[in-house]
Amino acid sequence: MAVVTYRDALNQALREEMQRDDRVFLMGEEVGVYQGAYKVSKGLLQEFGEMRVVDTPITELGFAGIGVGAAMVGLRPVIEFMTWNFALLAIDQVVNSAAKLHYMSGGQFNIPIVFRGPNGAALQLSAQHSQAFESWLAHVPGLKVVSPGTPHDAKGLLKSAVRDDNPVIFFEGEMLYNTKGEVPDEEYLIPIGKADQKREGEHCTIVTYGKSVLLAMPAADQLAREGIRVDVIDLRTVRPMDVDAITASVRKTNRAVVLEEGWEVAGIGAQVVDYIQRDCFDDLDAPVVRVHQADVPMPYAKNLERAAKPDVAKTIAAVKKVMYLE
Amino acid sequence: MAQTKVKRKTETAAGDDTTPEQRRDLLRSMLLQRRFEERVAEAYALGRIGGFCHLYIGQEAVGAGAMAALREDDYIITTYRDHGQAIARGVAPRAIMAELFGRSDGCSRGKGGSMHLFDRSLNFLGGHGIVGGHVPLAAGIGFAIKYRGGDQVCLCFMGESVVNTGAFHEALNMASLWKLPVVFLIENNRYGMGTALERASSIHDIYMRAASYDMPRAYVDGQDVLAVRASTLEAVRRARTESIPTLLEVRTYRFMGHSMSDAVSGTYRTKAELEEYMKRDPIMVLRMRMQEAGEIDDAGMTRLDEELKAIVQDAWDFAEASPEPPLESLYEDVLVETTT
Repeated sequence: MAVVTYRDALNQALREEMQRDDRVFLMGEEVGVYQGAYKVSKGLLQEFGEMRVVDTPITELGFAGIGVGAAMVGLRPVIEFMTWNFALLAIDQVVNSAAKLHYMSGGQFNIPIVFRGPNGAALQLSAQHSQAFESWLAHVPGLKVVSPGTPHDAKGLLKSAVRDDNPVIFFEGEMLYNTKGEVPDEEYLIPIGKADQKREGEHCTIVTYGKSVLLAMPAADQLAREGIRVDVIDLRTVRPMDVDAITASVRKTNRAVVLEEGWEVAGIGAQVVDYIQRDCFDDLDAPVVRVHQADVPMPYAKNLERAAKPDVAKTIAAVKKVMYLE
Repeated sequence: MAQTKVKRKTETAAGDDTTPEQRRDLLRSMLLQRRFEERVAEAYALGRIGGFCHLYIGQEAVGAGAMAALREDDYIITTYRDHGQAIARGVAPRAIMAELFGRSDGCSRGKGGSMHLFDRSLNFLGGHGIVGGHVPLAAGIGFAIKYRGGDQVCLCFMGESVVNTGAFHEALNMASLWKLPVVFLIENNRYGMGTALERASSIHDIYMRAASYDMPRAYVDGQDVLAVRASTLEAVRRARTESIPTLLEVRTYRFMGHSMSDAVSGTYRTKAELEEYMKRDPIMVLRMRMQEAGEIDDAGMTRLDEELKAIVQDAWDFAEASPEPPLESLYEDVLVETTT
């Protein structure tokens, strides 16, 4: 198994899927000549040409809609948003067109499209460039919402997303692109909707996904040194959510922390907590605790940004809280 | 781009090459749309049809004339005012009426309603409900045609209010930049709901919006079905053979309110204005021409009318007899099973 970056894992997935299926094309800002704002599409223009690696003007609403129209008549677009912050300009196409056309046409038109790009905060990009949108889009029936946290999961899930016959929202992370991990040499797919148990333990469950996996793992390591062993459930997909994986773990540990990058109100964590109270009410030994971004727009100053974001220390504190250790 | 052409005048039926049979088909299409919509209004008043319902009465020449310029394998995408265009494309009146009635035999299986008529078998890619939202989709369909190296065309209907949305401009820019085979057809019926064009758009010759994108553009009398057909044919030819998009402004007028829930006149337009426009009823315009040419007489017109009324009655009866969608269909078609 080779060790590759999250960025290269995505690049491999795109290349392999474009080689496999000539209906697949990549469209977005700077994906071609510039080789990708974050270099995810490096080399693809040279391999596939400008009809399949399409540089767009800065016009999110327009090219998101072009993707949906092309998908309606049989192509399989991968639409890159330079960041999901800019995708707000395109949300009408994602929600009103991509998510609903299959239903409101009575099943006549399905929309096999992937909308992908980095999501959430990086470093000191402040309020308009540091938002996590999972809960916004996971709210909408007709979409699948994927948020992988490792290179292995990123590659396998992107390949599945491209092959899916439905619109798939694919959240990457600017802070994830340089992270490394083992990726199998042979071809593999990871099914959308399947969580992965990233750590095994019996004292508490941490439910998380995406970039926050990178907080949960060191938190689990540190807790283990104190004799606290946690299950880390990496959802990988937030819609459809692998509820069985959550409940199986909570029934074992009787305690849960839900860790996410986004805001608290109506967040993904709120949904996870709802599943837990519905299915594991009698199993719980303590109220579930959530870790999330502070309920403020992201500030610029380093110290304030640090205070606003979830981190390893906050995650450890949350685990200790549900275990009544402090 | 050298091909840019600006037609400065309305060219009534310029370039018309219709045969008597084609004119008869156009008359038939328009009259079927009219009779259909009249019964839709009745059904709405009776509570058989719910929700928002936007009638096409007054604009029939646009749907009929433009559709006549297309091939079977071309694509159509449109707005929520979609009944007339669906009929003009050949969607079964039964399936449309059943959709409006919210029944399982509807062309969208009762899931779409008045604003969301679809028929995949006819490349009728739907009524879309967000003003401007479907215009980028049309560019995407054009992109797909070009991607596959086909020679089809996408015809995109829209109301004149669309020209003030960002989606319109983003789509036109890329369609022109990438030379996509799309005809952007504006049905300028003078009012976006209750707001007159002059109160909404900084320029009033709205086909000129295309000048920003170096896109061929023209306007045409939308009450003259032969003119609409001829102008659309020219735009379709340009798209098909040169892969160049066109913005075609078709000047028409709706004889009804914006939807079934607003007054026909009295608030944002006067009765006198409405009556003035109704003198140029598109069905009468063609009928008079055909009568003068001896192609139809009063008796022939009556026979045609009776035949079409019977088709609409049959559609009504079919819709009423069609079952409501089964409750288990509530959760169907949210996602499709992935087979690849």
